Amino acid sequence: MKSKRPKRSTRKTSRAPVLRKIATGIQGLDELTDGGLPKGRTTLLCGGAGSGKTFLAMEFLVRGVKEFKEPGVFVAFEEQTEELARNFASLGHDLKALVAEKKLAIDFVNIERSEIQETGEYNLEGLFIRLEHAIDSIGAQRVVLDSMDVLFSALTNTAILRDELRRLFRWLKTKGVTAIITAEQGDGRLTRTGLEEYVADCVILLDHRVTAQMFTRRLRVVKYRGSSHGTNEFPFLIDESGVSILPITSMGLNYKVGTGRVSSGIPRLNAMMGGRGYYRGGSVLVSGSAGTGKTSLAAHFAQATASGGERCLWLAYEESPSQIIRNMRSIGLDLAPAVQSGMLRLQAVPPTIFGLEMHLLAMHKLVKELNPRSVIMDSISNFTTIGSEVEIKAMLMRLIDLFKMRQITSLFTSLTTGDTFVEANDTRLSSLMDTWLLLREIESGAERNRVLHLLKSRGMAHSNQIREFLLTDRGVELRDVYLGPSGFLLTGSALLVQKAHEQAQAVLREQEGGDKKRELEHKRQAMEAQIAALRAEFEIDQMKALKVVGQDEERATVLTDDRVQMAKQRQADAVKATHPMKRMSGGL
Amino acid sequence: MKIKPKGGSIKASTAKPEEYWTLRLYVAGQTSKSTAAFDNLKRICEERLKGHYSIEVIDLLKNPRLAKDDQILAIPTLVRKLPPPVRRLIGDLSNTERVLVGLDLRRNN
Repeated sequence: MKSKRPKRSTRKTSRAPVLRKIATGIQGLDELTDGGLPKGRTTLLCGGAGSGKTFLAMEFLVRGVKEFKEPGVFVAFEEQTEELARNFASLGHDLKALVAEKKLAIDFVNIERSEIQETGEYNLEGLFIRLEHAIDSIGAQRVVLDSMDVLFSALTNTAILRDELRRLFRWLKTKGVTAIITAEQGDGRLTRTGLEEYVADCVILLDHRVTAQMFTRRLRVVKYRGSSHGTNEFPFLIDESGVSILPITSMGLNYKVGTGRVSSGIPRLNAMMGGRGYYRGGSVLVSGSAGTGKTSLAAHFAQATASGGERCLWLAYEESPSQIIRNMRSIGLDLAPAVQSGMLRLQAVPPTIFGLEMHLLAMHKLVKELNPRSVIMDSISNFTTIGSEVEIKAMLMRLIDLFKMRQITSLFTSLTTGDTFVEANDTRLSSLMDTWLLLREIESGAERNRVLHLLKSRGMAHSNQIREFLLTDRGVELRDVYLGPSGFLLTGSALLVQKAHEQAQAVLREQEGGDKKRELEHKRQAMEAQIAALRAEFEIDQMKALKVVGQDEERATVLTDDRVQMAKQRQADAVKATHPMKRMSGGL
Repeated sequence: MKIKPKGGSIKASTAKPEEYWTLRLYVAGQTSKSTAAFDNLKRICEERLKGHYSIEVIDLLKNPRLAKDDQILAIPTLVRKLPPPVRRLIGDLSNTERVLVGLDLRRNN
């Protein structure tokens, strides 16, 4: 056993050719450090009192056990085992169970300075033996020593102590365990005791401060030899789900989705989405230029959520809660009862006070505290003052990730600027959104009128028609689209004018039609009269003609008779009776 | 390794007659420091507590569990189990003055 530990004089000369890392399993930290802590090395975790060093270190062990099946040893210099177990039970970790399963070993090293008298040369072999025993008994791969300051305050011979700590870190390396040691932050330096001089591989600094009445824990990777790492400060949370650090890159996209729907609060808008509204847990973007009614649309949704007996969180970045309530009253929406009953939480958040990360954190906290079923952010455009478009998108990605994880339906409003194809502004965001409503103003006939497009709605059949969007004193109303004769959309008074015009024309046409009918009737009557006259005329002619024929025949008979008489008289041969007319003509 | 010195007369100036001292010395193997500590302890006890003390030497390499159970950090560590209260001394006990203070033996001087 002894042989495994290097003598105090030995120096470690060989280095691992490639830096291997061990994933901590702590949300966000692995992304931040590009894979985790240096494997088989010691990481220094420093920070002020109450900055969360112990929590983070313990989380490292518990995650190791739960996610990577790597047992861990926690050497506690400050808190007793019982105390630790109690503290972590409130964070959802059952340390006693882990100890019983031999996945975790906790060794409380009790050093009372008043009890210890230094009488000469010594070393910390006792600590080494305890540590080795604990590591070997459960096959630990992770070790935490919390915190080193106790040793420094208990033992006066710092020369011995420093030598022993150097030996300890070397020994931990040869033991192949990945270790975290914690230490108190000093004035103007990372640690009070200068431990950072010995632990050169990875140093993480924790910080906590109160800004604008808001307590924030922050984490920064100060140093990570041989590895890239995020250099900024990142807020982190300690809650019942453990420690989570929030680098904006960390997200999962591995949540379950439902098919349930939630009402948008506007029946005709629901109708446009297959009659049932937004998807539960979906993200909705409402974009539009100033004064297009984005907030009103959001208010309808809030009201619908609250009246359905579900909690809604409204983050107002532009208006105060009372202002929103007043303004919504003007369109017949009274949000006050919902606010009073606690179903609607109007939370004013000045966007410029915090950075994006802080907003994300604030959101996490609020969502955790309220557990809402829907969240409204009005409007996300205000973030442009504190972050670039890419950063905002990344933050929203994380947020939507959070919402979807919790099956929260989210509605974001976005102010688009200018009139030139407003969609372009929000195209980047649109990929994050399940439903995208665009509110536009159409200028015609010296007025601006609102129209609503349902640009996209993932996973449902939806109307592709533009609707006119009206803010009435009974709330938002969607009107049918009306196309003018030239195929252009008509809205507002132009629509009314067009409608009146068309009605007049219809009446006119009706009248014209009547006239034509009558005229035709007249014509028909005239024609029939003419026909009758003609017929009468014809009949007269016919009668006349028949009369003439009769007379001629009579005359011819008479003539023949005369001739027969004459021949008889002249005693001539029988003369063939010929037609008198023929004879007459031949005789002429 | 248990050493019980033979009995002898106890000087009234060193310890109360009814007191019996139980001392434990924790070491890790046979190192120069541990032997020095034992020698120093033996010397002091013979001088002050003759016949009224016992020294138990515990080698943590042979019994590592005891390091945790008895809260041992530094090596060598001397624990005065009896008389109460428990007192702890670390180091090779070469500084006699400090050993006497630590064991609370100076009051009778």
